[in-house]
Amino acid sequence: MKKYVWPSIKLTMVFIILCAVLYPLLIAGIAKFAPGSGKGETVSVNGKVVGYANIGQKFTEDKYFWGRPSAVDYNAAGSAGSNKGAANPEYLKQVQGRIDSFLVHNPAAKKEEIPAELVTASGSGLDPDLSPAGATIQIKRIALIRKLDESKLISLVNQQTEKPLLGLFGPAKVNVLKLNIELDKLK
Amino acid sequence: MNTELIGVMVTFVITVLLAFPLGKYIAKMFAGEKTITDFMYPVERLIYRISGIDPNKGMNWKEFLKSMLAINMLWLFYAFFLLLNQAHLPLNPDGNPNMTPDLSFNTAISFLVNCNLQHYSGESGVTYLTQLFVITFLQFVSAATGIACAVALFNGLKHKTTDNLGNFWEIFTKSITRILLPLCIIMAVIMAFNGTPASFDGKDSIVTLQGDTVKVSRGPAAGMIAIKHLGTNGGGWFGANSAHPLENPNYFTNMVELVAQVLIPMAMLFAFGFYIKRKKFAYVIFGIMTVGMLFLVIPTIYWEMQGSTAIAKMGIMQATGAMEGKEVRFGPAASGYWSIITTIISTGSVNSMHDSSMPLSGMMQMLGMLINAFYGGCGVGILNYFIYIIIAVFIGGLMVGRTPEFLGHKVEAREVKIAALVTLLSAFLIKGGTALAAYYFVNHGNADWAVQPANWLNNPGNHGFSEMFYEFTSSNANNGSGFEGLGDNNIFWNVTTGFVLLLGRFIPIIGPIAIIGLLAKKKFIPESAGTLKVDSLTFGILTFTIIIILTALSYFPPLVLGPIAEYFGMK
Repeated sequence: MKKYVWPSIKLTMVFIILCAVLYPLLIAGIAKFAPGSGKGETVSVNGKVVGYANIGQKFTEDKYFWGRPSAVDYNAAGSAGSNKGAANPEYLKQVQGRIDSFLVHNPAAKKEEIPAELVTASGSGLDPDLSPAGATIQIKRIALIRKLDESKLISLVNQQTEKPLLGLFGPAKVNVLKLNIELDKLK
Repeated sequence: MNTELIGVMVTFVITVLLAFPLGKYIAKMFAGEKTITDFMYPVERLIYRISGIDPNKGMNWKEFLKSMLAINMLWLFYAFFLLLNQAHLPLNPDGNPNMTPDLSFNTAISFLVNCNLQHYSGESGVTYLTQLFVITFLQFVSAATGIACAVALFNGLKHKTTDNLGNFWEIFTKSITRILLPLCIIMAVIMAFNGTPASFDGKDSIVTLQGDTVKVSRGPAAGMIAIKHLGTNGGGWFGANSAHPLENPNYFTNMVELVAQVLIPMAMLFAFGFYIKRKKFAYVIFGIMTVGMLFLVIPTIYWEMQGSTAIAKMGIMQATGAMEGKEVRFGPAASGYWSIITTIISTGSVNSMHDSSMPLSGMMQMLGMLINAFYGGCGVGILNYFIYIIIAVFIGGLMVGRTPEFLGHKVEAREVKIAALVTLLSAFLIKGGTALAAYYFVNHGNADWAVQPANWLNNPGNHGFSEMFYEFTSSNANNGSGFEGLGDNNIFWNVTTGFVLLLGRFIPIIGPIAIIGLLAKKKFIPESAGTLKVDSLTFGILTFTIIIILTALSYFPPLVLGPIAEYFGMK
């Protein structure tokens, strides 16, 4: 057995140094040159950090575009989905409740135009995005509260819409935090 | 055409285009021919010298397995003790606590066996030290163990008669220095430049635009996310795995992670063909596996893009498909594709929550793990498929009335018995485990455990049953994904799945290595007119049929009780 134990111990130590020490240090070193220097990319308004570019935030006030429901209430100390099964009656009641409350806050919106992502929880609980339709349907509410021209908001959403990768792959989306930051700048 | 579908197709094509040359390279490298990574040779020589290894000394199948098991046993104890004491060790900026003994037991095994079932959340359950010294370390070495065992199989088939399967230490070392580490460095840099954190800073605290104070978990994640996919491990840095916006920031990184997890399993197939000089055999296997994969992927993408029938009844728009548990930046097509890739490959990382998939998509994910050989895990996929091949050879032999042969070696009772036992073991572990869990859920609902059995399930009815069945399926397949609603951090699930993980890993490795060791020693019989041609399409279809029949016979009843009943209940 000794024939196998000593090489095992020594080889293990070598690979701990290689894979658990040198490799992460190398990557951390290279990442210093990446956006956010490897600490996560932040977004600032007037020099003050208001969030991470990729991490969604909770927006409940009517004057902001809302993001998606979150199973962790957008607290990025953790992350999780709801893990509700598609046929779970209690879950379906919850979705119905979200639809009803959305319609109360957005009386001008048509039910058949509410995109599913606005009333379903994301996988991470930190989804930063909406589909363009998810932002567009909220324009009337925000225009009313902020006393802004709807056309201004439409062009803002269009300008903030990120096209599919290279225009070819994947869905189009709007980052809600960036959209709301630009919204605050509109006069 | 729909950009989401194009994205998925292009991802698959890129995977094949990269896997082919990589396979050629792997075959050359293990054959000892000249390759571009020969500059690593001095490093490897140093490693051999420090460890007291003679890389040129061949091993028979028993020596090979002993070396592999000895070092794996050592890692198990090492990981268990670190996780048990992590709170007092350095690199714990967030002040996370020690793991309980049963959770350390489960986690140490889970990462040792390349499964990465996680009954903890990365943000609060581990420290940066254990993320690197246990999790990342085991992700490298468990993948290299799988590759080494597959290469032992190649060696047994390369020569007419041999009892030398190669030197475990040497193949293991080269798997890391020549395959995993270089690829990981490239991928980790890509991840870091797309927004994945890589620094050692702890949680950040910010005030949001609306004025809430929230924390943001971070850490040296980029390197771990690279090996988690390239090594088909799948365990996430963050709780939400690759659905987390820092672990998988955009559609491009999603493509990279999807390509990375299939890359080595697919390359190993091509390497197999080049290495034993039977390219056609490898292409037929590749074709069969791809057909199997498509059978699972196409309906899943369709159902996920279609959306939920229950939500459709509420009268809202599902242009973006079934979105519960999914992220907007990936959409339903890439999420559906990922959910199948990750279950057939034994990665087990997720970019959407499988618990919230449509009922029949959930069944497809389970089938991917129950079969566990369409491409399959890093190295072990090919070993799993080899078991099916032995059974197909046996049945084919019975049909033509000759002693079955495989590549010039007689397949006799002993080999077939081993193959049959390996196959039966899976069915026993999965169904036995699920039955035991269901028994406790029904009869001992208030047992005094961290999560009482009555509170295990996050969903009622058939879907609740699926949550338990999925957990054992995933453990046995060493997959690691889960229907995560299951309350699994308690002594019942930690201990039972821990044992299933160990058996589900090592028996399907020991079995094929023993078979190949026994076969390779036998006298070589030259091909004749009556030889069963294993590289023919006919034989490929026979193997495929046997996979379908074995899986259906073993698992139809639990699938009916779970996803199929759920589907009809929703109509």
